[in-house]
Amino acid sequence: MNIVVCVKYVPDATADRRFEADNTVDRVNVDGLLSELDEYAVEQALQIKEKRADEEIKVIALTVGPEKAADAVRKALQMGADEAVHVSDEAIAGSDAIATSLVLAEAVKKANGGSVPELVVCGLASTDAGMSVVPAMLAERLGLPQVTQASVVETQGDQVRIKRDGDTATEVIGGTMPLVLSVTDQSGEARYPSFKGIMAAKKKPLETWSLADLGVEAGQLGLSASWSQVQETAARPPRTAGEIVKDEDGSGASALADFLASKKFI
Amino acid sequence: MSEVLVLVDFVNGAVKKPTFELLTIAKRIGTPSAVFIGAADQVGTVAEAVKAYGAEKVYAIDDTEIKGYLVAPKAEALQQVASGKDVAAILLPSSGENKEIAARLAIKLGSGLITDAVDVDADGTTTQSVFAGGFTATAKVTTGTPIITVKPNSAAPEQSAGAGEVENVAVTISDAAKTAQIVATQPRQATGRPELTEAAIVVSGGRGTGGNFEPVEGLADALGAAVGASRAAVDSGWKPHSFQVGQTGKVVSPQLYVANGISGAIQHRAGMQTSKTIVAVNKDEEAPIFELVDFGVVGDLHTVLPALTEEITKRKG
Repeated sequence: MNIVVCVKYVPDATADRRFEADNTVDRVNVDGLLSELDEYAVEQALQIKEKRADEEIKVIALTVGPEKAADAVRKALQMGADEAVHVSDEAIAGSDAIATSLVLAEAVKKANGGSVPELVVCGLASTDAGMSVVPAMLAERLGLPQVTQASVVETQGDQVRIKRDGDTATEVIGGTMPLVLSVTDQSGEARYPSFKGIMAAKKKPLETWSLADLGVEAGQLGLSASWSQVQETAARPPRTAGEIVKDEDGSGASALADFLASKKFI
Repeated sequence: MSEVLVLVDFVNGAVKKPTFELLTIAKRIGTPSAVFIGAADQVGTVAEAVKAYGAEKVYAIDDTEIKGYLVAPKAEALQQVASGKDVAAILLPSSGENKEIAARLAIKLGSGLITDAVDVDADGTTTQSVFAGGFTATAKVTTGTPIITVKPNSAAPEQSAGAGEVENVAVTISDAAKTAQIVATQPRQATGRPELTEAAIVVSGGRGTGGNFEPVEGLADALGAAVGASRAAVDSGWKPHSFQVGQTGKVVSPQLYVANGISGAIQHRAGMQTSKTIVAVNKDEEAPIFELVDFGVVGDLHTVLPALTEEITKRKG
């Protein structure tokens, strides 16, 4: 069976992130990397493969993004994914989640030879937009069950069972493959690529596809076709440094109490 | 006037506060109509609650057939409620589940989607806090019926008498939607404290607590606050993940955030950076958290917090 893992190339959250003049995220003039939350998706895909070592399972890493986005799937190959696909086309730039999910859905099918794979795995959310909507959109577009936001994943045959830490309760969710699975950062530490893995990755297949390869029309995608428009982005003014006091024999507590009182919290 | 549909969050026999905030926002845009997907015998309770915050209509959908399955049936139900009506917008409280419902609904309706808005004005323009609170963005849906998920604490709920007229809606859920089964549910233990994302004050503990959250909890109770935890505290097993404030936990924006024994790494800052007032207590005067604070104490939280709690209690009396 094939497991297609969708990963995103995002600006490094620990570095400066910015917007272009057209209010799209600058993905070119910034340091980018495989989104941290997607590492967990790759990890879970690899663990499923390892736990089912007697079966023929191929883990395919897929990303949609500009030229440098290939680094995201390269990292997945280094972690142990078998093949990589990078969809890149100028017409996709500025796409919202809805359009991105359309491209991903078509690429998922093509990566699997034309039909839906047994398992599509995603992270909980991207670390740039953080919407948490693409996995559900993929399920909707592919007509698959969504078994999402998993903190624990188990598979047996075509059955997938997860634990999901919902807002008001912890739930156990079950589904039958083919399905879309998304995993959280609680699902298990993501492995670092080993030296051996890094060397092996160089020989693994990495294909680059354009929209024409997918048969997706450019008119549905990109900034101008988006179903919502960003009007303005503005940097928040940095917080002005506040007062810092050293605690000496309870002085800290009373100073803090005075501050809270001045702000009417007590 | 056009209707604005608001999905009701109903837990443990009560409508949650963010639903009232959304009804208040809905009133800016059009005529608020609540949508309740739940048990038939709770409809009365829901209607009484939501009409006090402006709901003119309450669309009630019996969830007997729906509740055993994850997300997809609710998206279908919402699509059927919206169908054939003049709907100006569909608002959902931002939560893990609701964002997924909104996501599927957007594709079903061919409508644009904006998530985690912190404000929505009368013409549907949204405000969002993005890049870990580093930027503010305004946006608008330009195709279809705007679907917007709104974060808690985005509006002060305004009481406003609405008709609350109940309309039962029969929906047809496809077999395809009933494919991710909820096999078991373990409700969260009630802490007796406010919910983290809805609270006006949050008091958090991190690595510096050493696993002893008593000073943090004592202060939280003195302030009527919710208790949060840093990722380090959660990873150490001191608090469950539901307490985690941060990029991969909950993002909060309360009136007051008190960070104790938390260094202030970007992972945590992403979860609380937009709080109105930020205070920190930490032994390490170089801790990055002090760059964010309106007031900071360099000291041991195990002495500072109990002393502060005592002082607060004294001042109350």
